[in-house]
Amino acid sequence: MDLSDRDREMLAGGMGEAVQLAMRLLVAVGRAEDAPHLIDVIAGHIDACLFHGVAGLDFAERLVAGGGEVAVPTTLNVSSLDLIHPELYRGDPETARLARRLMDAYVAMGCRPTWTCAPYQLAWRPGLGDQIAWGESNAIVFANSVLGARTNRYGDFLDICAALTGRVPYTGLHTDEGRLGDLVVELRLEDRMLDDEVTYALIGHAVGRIAGVDVPVIVGLDPLRATEDRLKNLGAAAASSGAVAMFHAVGVTPEAPTLEHALGGRDARAHFLDVEGLDEARRQLSRPTGELGAVSVGTPHMSITELRELARLVEGRKTKVPFYVNTSRDVHATAEAEGVVEVIEAAGIRLVTDTCTYITPIMGDVRGDLMTNSGKLAFYAPANLGVTVALASLADCVESAMRGEMVVRAK
Amino acid sequence: MSRSLAPGVAVAEPLVLDEPLSFWGGVDPATGLIVEPSHPQYGESVAGRVVVMPHGRGSSSSSSVLAELLRQGVGPAAIVLREPDSILAIGALVAAELYGTVCPIVVTAEDPGPGPWVVDGDGAFVLGGQL
Repeated sequence: MDLSDRDREMLAGGMGEAVQLAMRLLVAVGRAEDAPHLIDVIAGHIDACLFHGVAGLDFAERLVAGGGEVAVPTTLNVSSLDLIHPELYRGDPETARLARRLMDAYVAMGCRPTWTCAPYQLAWRPGLGDQIAWGESNAIVFANSVLGARTNRYGDFLDICAALTGRVPYTGLHTDEGRLGDLVVELRLEDRMLDDEVTYALIGHAVGRIAGVDVPVIVGLDPLRATEDRLKNLGAAAASSGAVAMFHAVGVTPEAPTLEHALGGRDARAHFLDVEGLDEARRQLSRPTGELGAVSVGTPHMSITELRELARLVEGRKTKVPFYVNTSRDVHATAEAEGVVEVIEAAGIRLVTDTCTYITPIMGDVRGDLMTNSGKLAFYAPANLGVTVALASLADCVESAMRGEMVVRAK
Repeated sequence: MSRSLAPGVAVAEPLVLDEPLSFWGGVDPATGLIVEPSHPQYGESVAGRVVVMPHGRGSSSSSSVLAELLRQGVGPAAIVLREPDSILAIGALVAAELYGTVCPIVVTAEDPGPGPWVVDGDGAFVLGGQL
């Protein structure tokens, strides 16, 4: 692998121990991936600030001790704690203490304390062709697919290595070739199904299982109905059931004006997804007992558009079951200024910021099904939280919460 | 052609996964047990085994979970993949930097047959069968 003079200086320790360790790891991964050289990135998003054990803390504190400071603007993913509503945390205090130390370590390296899994909802976001290094599977797939920015799947540790050096191996989704579609998934659904937000989560789940690590090209979405929030849900589900880091949707996403563009003239294996396939995805994600326990939405974090819609649905009503909404502190601030937070909280709904109900003990024991509109939450909740899940639209989640019993209306 | 994603040599029985596994959310970092209820190998342990799967899956936090498994001594002995996965690679590399653990990761299309397997992350090969 060709290294620039500056890469070599970093590798030799001329820019400090943290940068040296980061460059050593980047070079090891770059060689394993047969990268010809490294390239510059203009931004980073760090997933490693979420506490998974002492190893992650040891690594971060070693980088801080080595003088680590990010070389490019870098945002932070959700953590284990809600710093704005700390009383929501019900976990072990020792874990909370370690999680807090981890958060402090990343802030000490100059990362912005955004604490969101949806950095694409922040005021600045990367655009078409921008080379970036993002962690967090849903953020990665959104950046590549919806924004047309270029990032590989940066796992914990490699994300901060990229941010400290501003460099990544030139492979995979950073290259033109790596972004072309590998397979085509043709939707054979009834048109009205594209009006139902749950459809997008189910498509994502099914496509993730078909595509694995490859780049799927989805044919049959409608650009007017495939909103950013729906594509967020689709991508997050595909990145959970598979290792999808990028998808194309013909006529919808920026690098797929046509099927030919998306495939770049390559042969691609052909699949289709019909109503039966969607039903199968639904059975895999949603296995409710029928007894409503709680509602959780906002995995990934709710956008301001979704919060406004939620406020419209709940205004003047009161939830009969525990109801949690995850969002970022930035979006929360906007929603607060608009009066949206007040309406939502008046309905008895808890807004959670900086973290997410699916990764940290906030909800306590859920007796009955956890109802959600999120394909990602539905995928991970049974293992993470030990609950059964009912997947439904936001409107049905709200209606159920307000009545205290599960309502799923036909679309 | 085989390639290595993480160095070192290990000898252990293979645990062949019928479906890809996300270490984050799929493996308990304290015990090494597979906790994803819908996974075909639910309830089995990755500890001390050569974990064999086509490719990684899901969360980019899997590197943290792999490093934590290795720190606690309940990590896989080695990982054999069909397709490269830098998320798992960086987890093994960081654990090696911090704690001196060994967890070779080799990408190969070959099936070395019955175990135990030798996974050589320095020479980038996997041997199995009648050792």
